[in-house]
Amino acid sequence: MFRFLEVSCGVAGHAFAVAALAATGIAAAHAQPFNNIGRPATPAEIKAWDIDVRPDFKGLPTGQGSVKRGEQIWEAQCASCHGTFGESNEVFPPMVGYTTAKDQQTGRVARLNLDGDAPTRTSLMKLAHLSTLWDYIYRAMPWTAPKSLSPDDVYAVTAFILNLANVLPDDGTLSDKNIREVQARLPNRNGLTSTHSLWPGPEFGSKSKPDVQGSTCTRNCTPVDLNVASSIPDYAKPAHGNLAEQSRPWGPVRGVQTAVLDQKVLPALVNTAQAAMKSGVNEQTSAVPSRAQVMPVLQQNACLACHGMDNRLVGPSFREIATRYQGKADAGAYLAQRIKEGGQGVWGSIAMPAQAISVVDAQVVAKWLAAGAKP
Amino acid sequence: MRSSPFIRPAPEGFLSGEQIQDVRAGRRGFLAAALATASGAATAALTPEGDSAILSLPAHSKGLGQGAAARGYGVPSEWEKNLQRRESPGLTRVSQAGVSFCPLQSLFGIVTPSGLHFERHHQGWWDIDPSGHRLMVNGSDALMLKKPMVFTLDDLMRLPPVSRIHFIECGANTGMEWGNVSVPTVQYTHGMLSCSEFTGVPLMTLLQMCGADLKRGKFVLAEGADGSSMTRTIPMSLIESGQVLVAYGQNGEMLRPENGYPLRLVVPGVQGVSWVKYLRRIELGDQPYATKDETLHYVDLMPDGLHRQYTSIQEVKSVITSPSGGQLLLAKGFHNITGLAWSGRGKVKKVDVSVDGGRNWQAARLDGLVLDKCLTRFHFPWNWSGETALLMCRAVDETGHVQPSYTELRKVRGTRGIYHNNAIQTWQVQASGEVSNVQVS
Repeated sequence: MFRFLEVSCGVAGHAFAVAALAATGIAAAHAQPFNNIGRPATPAEIKAWDIDVRPDFKGLPTGQGSVKRGEQIWEAQCASCHGTFGESNEVFPPMVGYTTAKDQQTGRVARLNLDGDAPTRTSLMKLAHLSTLWDYIYRAMPWTAPKSLSPDDVYAVTAFILNLANVLPDDGTLSDKNIREVQARLPNRNGLTSTHSLWPGPEFGSKSKPDVQGSTCTRNCTPVDLNVASSIPDYAKPAHGNLAEQSRPWGPVRGVQTAVLDQKVLPALVNTAQAAMKSGVNEQTSAVPSRAQVMPVLQQNACLACHGMDNRLVGPSFREIATRYQGKADAGAYLAQRIKEGGQGVWGSIAMPAQAISVVDAQVVAKWLAAGAKP
Repeated sequence: MRSSPFIRPAPEGFLSGEQIQDVRAGRRGFLAAALATASGAATAALTPEGDSAILSLPAHSKGLGQGAAARGYGVPSEWEKNLQRRESPGLTRVSQAGVSFCPLQSLFGIVTPSGLHFERHHQGWWDIDPSGHRLMVNGSDALMLKKPMVFTLDDLMRLPPVSRIHFIECGANTGMEWGNVSVPTVQYTHGMLSCSEFTGVPLMTLLQMCGADLKRGKFVLAEGADGSSMTRTIPMSLIESGQVLVAYGQNGEMLRPENGYPLRLVVPGVQGVSWVKYLRRIELGDQPYATKDETLHYVDLMPDGLHRQYTSIQEVKSVITSPSGGQLLLAKGFHNITGLAWSGRGKVKKVDVSVDGGRNWQAARLDGLVLDKCLTRFHFPWNWSGETALLMCRAVDETGHVQPSYTELRKVRGTRGIYHNNAIQTWQVQASGEVSNVQVS
């Protein structure tokens, strides 16, 4: 059936193909009907993938969600990264803040003006289309399980964010029926312009002449006594590590030595080594999985989204965890429980949610951690 | 300095500033002793008799080397370990939504080695099995295409391909420098920049195969298959001209997983975020899409508080890659100043270099290929007197657009932007030979 469809459409498309391929400079020899390549998409396939929502709300599924329900989803699935009130700057830029009731009237966020510069630019300060927020949450959130929220969930979470920004009341609801009215209250709905020279083409009525033009002066263009207005202060020089190790150590130039030994790191390394020696007596080291064995478990359960091997991401690094629990007799059992049930307060304010990880997998990871998270 | 038993530090790696001055002044006698202390082994040293690298034959001259296919897929030399993609500490909190910068300071020519291509991920990278990957082309309504279609990699690779060399630059490249200097080397100031030969099929061909209505369809959405399912509105003028490619090849091999394996969009001259990786869907529509990464991010804040949306073109720009920030000149005398120039509007026409902070400029030599929307390599001969110098370069493209100074750029766009900073870069060479990142006024 696909074959028949294709033949009929392939012929119709042929004239287009010849004209356009000639225009793109592809040799005429290539300008043939591409018979039997590709197949029609089925309605079910298009429905499965065509999830985008445009600013005119084309593509928006029907549904609704209340601020109250959104709050529940938020606390369970969003707050660990974005903060209880969408204010957190710890993992991602903050969602809400620095918008006013007056901004909702004007549709322009005043704190984006030069004289009102806010300490940070929140999502709601910039958001001009409600479709953007809805579309993005539906396609990409939550961080470790994108596309797991239903349309009603997304309406609810969006409603809650809008409530945090005082766009929707506590008893408010967002739905496909009222989304246009809510759009008309977005604080920065009039804050975008597409009229500039950085879009190639006429679609936005763009200007073609660049807004900034340099000078072609070649002789005596600036004063003799130039002022170095900005440079990197000495204390900030090691921030990017030892630059000597970031250039080839021969050739016309070298990298500059900038590394300093971090005295804070050394004691921790020593402690880890000592603890590892002690734990070797207590634990059944023969049953400890290697990192190679643990890696697939960490990947399948999305542990690595929040925990790095040696660096702190959303949560502590595996190295930090291993260091803390090294040598404790019940560390394995304790960590397995923590991995399964989640927790808060041990490593800072960001909570670790309960995980869908199997008990067996949790024990494997815990055993590896308790034995020092060795490579 | 290094832990590898096979790599010896070069003398300059462990000499003090004073000792380096001694080397520069020709007082090299202490070097042999310093080297012996540091490595205790066969590193080159000068003696009255001559150079030990010549006088003592090395192992590779006196033994049998390795056999063919010892490495089924070759890797760079052990001695090139310093060339790494690196993150800029503190730029992003989560590496799955992070950036790694390309080590421009040590590269030659215009093509970026695929393994050093800069990375930008929005929800982590994947190594996707091509046999299960699909590209769907559909319309925003039922009339936009005569026939929405699905293509496999088998399908796409049967179509006549084109190969073209283009630069790709993140819109936020040099974004940390809008207000003031903040990072030390060209890797971090300009390293969200790479250049490859891409091979694929013009997107226009696929739209035509689907019977696209290009009178109504003025906007194209590109969508990725990863968790973020990155979406961007792609300029129709570039699609209709045949420049936009659905690409699978990069520098003669398949795309690397970090760069979108097995399929990515190539949008020449346009910022990297539009080159959607893991491309799974193309939608033809009659309205722009205002996606997250063209409404909340990749928008340019102007002094009047308006954000520019759909800013796409990477404008004319250039940078000296050597000598550059964080490097050290070892001697007075001749140095070849080299760098890269590019423009999202076409070919590079001219590059000027200044060694006195922009007071006087001279034309650099453009080397090798000068292609449309592609990196262009330039060189400029320079005899360093040992005095402080301020090195700059300035590109002009074939449309006559001249790269602006920071003063010229900030006069129009202010200092609060993140994206599309194409200002002239200054490197200060100090009398010690140390080169650092500065801005002048």
